[in-house]
Amino acid sequence: MTGKTVLLVDDDGDFLEAMAARLRADGFRVITAEGQVRGHEVIESGEPFDLAVLDLMMEYTDSGFVLGREVRRRRPGVPVILVTGVAAETGIEFDAATVEERRWVPAEAVLPKPVRYEQLRAEVERLLSR
Amino acid sequence: MSDGEASGTLRVLVVDDEPGIRAGILRALRNYEILVPDLGLRYRLSCEEADSGEAAIESLGRAGPPDLLLLDYKMPGISGLEVLERMQKDPVDTVTIVITAYASLETAVAATKQGAFDFLAKPFTPDELKSVLYKATRHLIVRREARRLADERRRIRFELLSVVAHELKAPTAAIKNYLRMMQDRVLGDDLSAYDRPIERALVRLDGMRKLISDLLDLTRIESGRKARNLVDLDLREVVRGCVEGARELAQARGIVVAMHGEGPVPFRADAGEVELILNNLLSNAVKYNRDQGRVDVGLEDRGNEVVITVADTGIGMTPEECSRLFGEFVRIKNEKTRMIEGSGLGLSIVRRLAHLYGGEVTVASTPGEGSTFTVSLPRTPVPGGGPG
Repeated sequence: MTGKTVLLVDDDGDFLEAMAARLRADGFRVITAEGQVRGHEVIESGEPFDLAVLDLMMEYTDSGFVLGREVRRRRPGVPVILVTGVAAETGIEFDAATVEERRWVPAEAVLPKPVRYEQLRAEVERLLSR
Repeated sequence: MSDGEASGTLRVLVVDDEPGIRAGILRALRNYEILVPDLGLRYRLSCEEADSGEAAIESLGRAGPPDLLLLDYKMPGISGLEVLERMQKDPVDTVTIVITAYASLETAVAATKQGAFDFLAKPFTPDELKSVLYKATRHLIVRREARRLADERRRIRFELLSVVAHELKAPTAAIKNYLRMMQDRVLGDDLSAYDRPIERALVRLDGMRKLISDLLDLTRIESGRKARNLVDLDLREVVRGCVEGARELAQARGIVVAMHGEGPVPFRADAGEVELILNNLLSNAVKYNRDQGRVDVGLEDRGNEVVITVADTGIGMTPEECSRLFGEFVRIKNEKTRMIEGSGLGLSIVRRLAHLYGGEVTVASTPGEGSTFTVSLPRTPVPGGGPG
């Protein structure tokens, strides 16, 4: 697990800073990108990463979906975790637990906000050890 | 409008046990259109009839409640009053006119209690019928419009609350994450390693505090509950006080705040409101400025209005950004603003306050050079803004 690179994309700089510090303390390499535009740049740049953690709602309401599809297209095989506050705010719920859902949700896992670090790390480890 | 397209068709249900009355009403209303010229509306009528209370209830169940109900009060079997009672159980959007041969006070009171809008005493002329239907239609339109506005207000309030909830959740999560980092000693045991997380947590807390106080300001302005204390004051003194207050924040970043013009500017206003306008504009001018920049504050007495300007040498905005600026919770998000905290409410507070004085707020800006905000407050007393 140690030495693997995680891409973190969120529009809250403080969320990025705290989560990145914790992942680094646990031995991961971390690339942070603030917002959809930055996230897009990293995905397009070819800079390698082994897993992406994407916030669903950034500047545009479906940023996480857009970036998730970009990861699918540009980095096939790289697992995606979508972080979302959508369920709590709008009552719209979705998951990536079944094949059917993964057909339209471009993610291997969906984490509801607020995200606890332990939860995030557990998902990251689960997906990287597959 | 009256010769244009109809605004819609109103369904009319005529309930009377006397076939002659029903036939007379239907004949009078054939090809009749209700015109409401001042609202630019024109309605066609689509009439149905029922010969008893039972048939009326059957029709209500089958076709749904009509827009207008002409209801005979006295009928064998289920009476008009009972039909009204049943409709009350499941309140509907129908305006009811009660037809009665006995236009007594008791009948009127009983029917009104059950929600009837008006009366038609038998025998009535076609013109009387049309006049009553016209009044009922106006009532229907006004009632529906009022309901639509109430729904709209509820929706806006819900949206505002959703945004506020979101705006408070993000910093809460950020602060919690930083505290957990410290709790788990993620950066080791040396406290100084946590300077940055502590600093950021404090900044986010300040942001929340500002959001809450801005919301309270906005709510007070909106509700009109805050007692306004309009007195004759010297605007120059008020502006000077705010400029002094802004200097402390500005000095930390080497920004000079200068005030231009002199001499008293008498103006009738609430000092607290003027301070709120100035403090919001000054705080933006400092926040979005560059280090070692300038803020120039002008106050000009033009006789029929006073004009306050706050100019900065900051990051500036594009015309597109300027056009979005005064919306609620609008924060111009770009590389230069990303670490600057703001509630997104400051300028909508400024604008609403200016409106209380019949005034306006405008902005002129050049990206990379700076922005100038101009508040003009007319001297002529405006409704609600004048003395008393």
